[in-house]
Amino acid sequence: MTATATRAEGREARAPFFQTFLSRHGGMMPTFAAIAILLVLFAGAEAFLRGDFITPRNISALLLDNAYLMVLAVGMTFVILTAGIDLSVGSVMAFTGILGAKLLADGLPVAIVVPAILLGGAAIGLMIGILVQYFNVQPFIASLAGLFLGRGLAYVVSLSSIRVEEPAILWLQSTRLRLGDWYITPTGIIALGAVAIAAFVLHFTRFGRTIYAIGGSEQSARLMGLKVARTKVAAYVISGLCAGVAGLVLTAYSGAGYPRNGIGTELDAIAAVVIGGTLLTGGRGYVLGSMVGVFVYGTIKTIISFMGAEQSWMQIIVGALLLLFIVVQRAIVARSEGRR
Amino acid sequence: MRTMWRHRLFWPSAALVTLIVVNTIARPNFIKLTLRDGDLYGALIDILRNSAPLMLVALGMTIVIATRGIDLSVGAIMAVSGAVALTIIDGSDDPGNIGTVLVAVVAAVLVSLVLGAWNGFLVSVLGIQPIIATLVLMLAGRGVALLITGGFITTVNSQPFSYIATGYLFVLPFAFFISVAAIAAVALVERRTALGVLTESVGINPEASRLAGVRSRSIIWGAYMVSGTLAGIAGIIYASNIRAADANAAGVFIELYAILAVVLGGTSLMGGKFSIAGTVIGVLIIQTLESTILFLGVPSAQSPVFFAIVVVVVVVVQSPRLRRALTRLSASRSGGGGEPPTADNPKQKAEVGR
Repeated sequence: MTATATRAEGREARAPFFQTFLSRHGGMMPTFAAIAILLVLFAGAEAFLRGDFITPRNISALLLDNAYLMVLAVGMTFVILTAGIDLSVGSVMAFTGILGAKLLADGLPVAIVVPAILLGGAAIGLMIGILVQYFNVQPFIASLAGLFLGRGLAYVVSLSSIRVEEPAILWLQSTRLRLGDWYITPTGIIALGAVAIAAFVLHFTRFGRTIYAIGGSEQSARLMGLKVARTKVAAYVISGLCAGVAGLVLTAYSGAGYPRNGIGTELDAIAAVVIGGTLLTGGRGYVLGSMVGVFVYGTIKTIISFMGAEQSWMQIIVGALLLLFIVVQRAIVARSEGRR
Repeated sequence: MRTMWRHRLFWPSAALVTLIVVNTIARPNFIKLTLRDGDLYGALIDILRNSAPLMLVALGMTIVIATRGIDLSVGAIMAVSGAVALTIIDGSDDPGNIGTVLVAVVAAVLVSLVLGAWNGFLVSVLGIQPIIATLVLMLAGRGVALLITGGFITTVNSQPFSYIATGYLFVLPFAFFISVAAIAAVALVERRTALGVLTESVGINPEASRLAGVRSRSIIWGAYMVSGTLAGIAGIIYASNIRAADANAAGVFIELYAILAVVLGGTSLMGGKFSIAGTVIGVLIIQTLESTILFLGVPSAQSPVFFAIVVVVVVVVQSPRLRRALTRLSASRSGGGGEPPTADNPKQKAEVGR
């Protein structure tokens, strides 16, 4: 990528600023497109609903309602950047959520339950990572095993939903830190914090650069002497850990653990990451883009419920958006390959 | 003996036989067949009958995987196909008429064919990764099915329609004959014509096959159309079994079980060589395992844990690392008579190829 950038710089030294920017940051274009779509959605909804859409309450609720999805998307970004995929996150979230609810119902203190939730998620991630890295299993199949395991274990913990009455967990959801009409809950802070930490790790640490390098070309990364094995396993552990955090957030959000939670949520998370401009072939993308992707997803959902349309439209619109983004990405990749 | 060991269907068949033997020991009723009113009943017959939808989907999946693709949308296509068939039957004046049912079935299969062609278009013409291209329909398909049924679970009371899944022809279930017909058709077309070899060549190296004059685009496109059509028929069987079109529940997770069946049967997800017999055995293993889990009194919701264990065991046994360790072990025991450890492993090679 660096080589392409410098060569393009030489050729287009006198080109207008905009063109230089485009050729240097071609990889950012899908993310900008996602931001543009988000703005169009906001503007469209505002016009359509005659100024009732962009209110502090709605925007704050957007973060609140999609906090768990954002945490999942952050973990998924790590895995997809290494050119992998993690199908297990939805069911791992259900498993950790119901596990937490069950442990709390058994009277264990929060100080034990929360680490147990996080460890449970990370352990399934570790299993997937080891299968992928050391047994050469395709990420799709390895995380499929994780999906089955998480969903099955969720039902092993409990077949029905368990209410959570622990005040410390409910506090995560019920506390509203207000600034005028704006508010944010601790779950929202957790989600934004996950994004911030992930952005820092991906862009300012050796580990993050290794993640991008693996996605660009695993063979080259290995030949460069980067710690490929460790980093790849770590990516899946991070995704599992994020699923654990999401389980905690969702349990706080719904006030209960339920083993049927999160069926198909892995697809929502993948869709959000792709809409946010991360390439599924790995090596290109931004965790901030994934955040935008989650907001696009959440906004569509809000608009549909505002319009009172059927929820089935949600699936169709998200599918169509996904298609749009894939075709755009495909065009961008084809262009950059053609230049090489 | 050694050649039998090496045969690629040895391990899947051994697993299936082991499962059946274990079941028979645990409950002697398992292999007992009873003839009632000229129809056969029994646990084995149930397995054959209930495996029909998964069999059809897995057959299509085998062809798609052979072209180095994957089709995640089969569950959604099942939902759409069931919704189309039931809406037509429900809307007609005479739901019990065979003609009505035939029209409904043909329409549902045609819609599935179109959906399969859409997947094929995205993959072969636009060149989108198969996982993502079919993810679009997987997400949107259920929404479409819900729109068709108007958000309700459409139920019908139609004798000819419920015959598809629950009726008997001669002494065996009709659904079993559907899956046998599908197996025979796919096996004939893929193995008695050059199409199978061409499909494998596209899966092994699409670019080289194209340069060698194989029309890889049409072959890939065709694979997705076959997969879509078979999924559509599977959706009709599913809907006929419960006499309802449930857009949210039809074919949930079936893509995962189908992929699992294909992998169990020894077809690599990297594309290329495929085994139809292997897929058939894989489907039967899954269905037998499910029946075993039910017999053990485990709530069916918890059965994914068993499948997770099966997946992990299968992929670890198939992994080059364990194979190499075993070869080394047997070589050191027999005094270095085994194969030399091979340095190339298929995954790395594939990565270089990409």
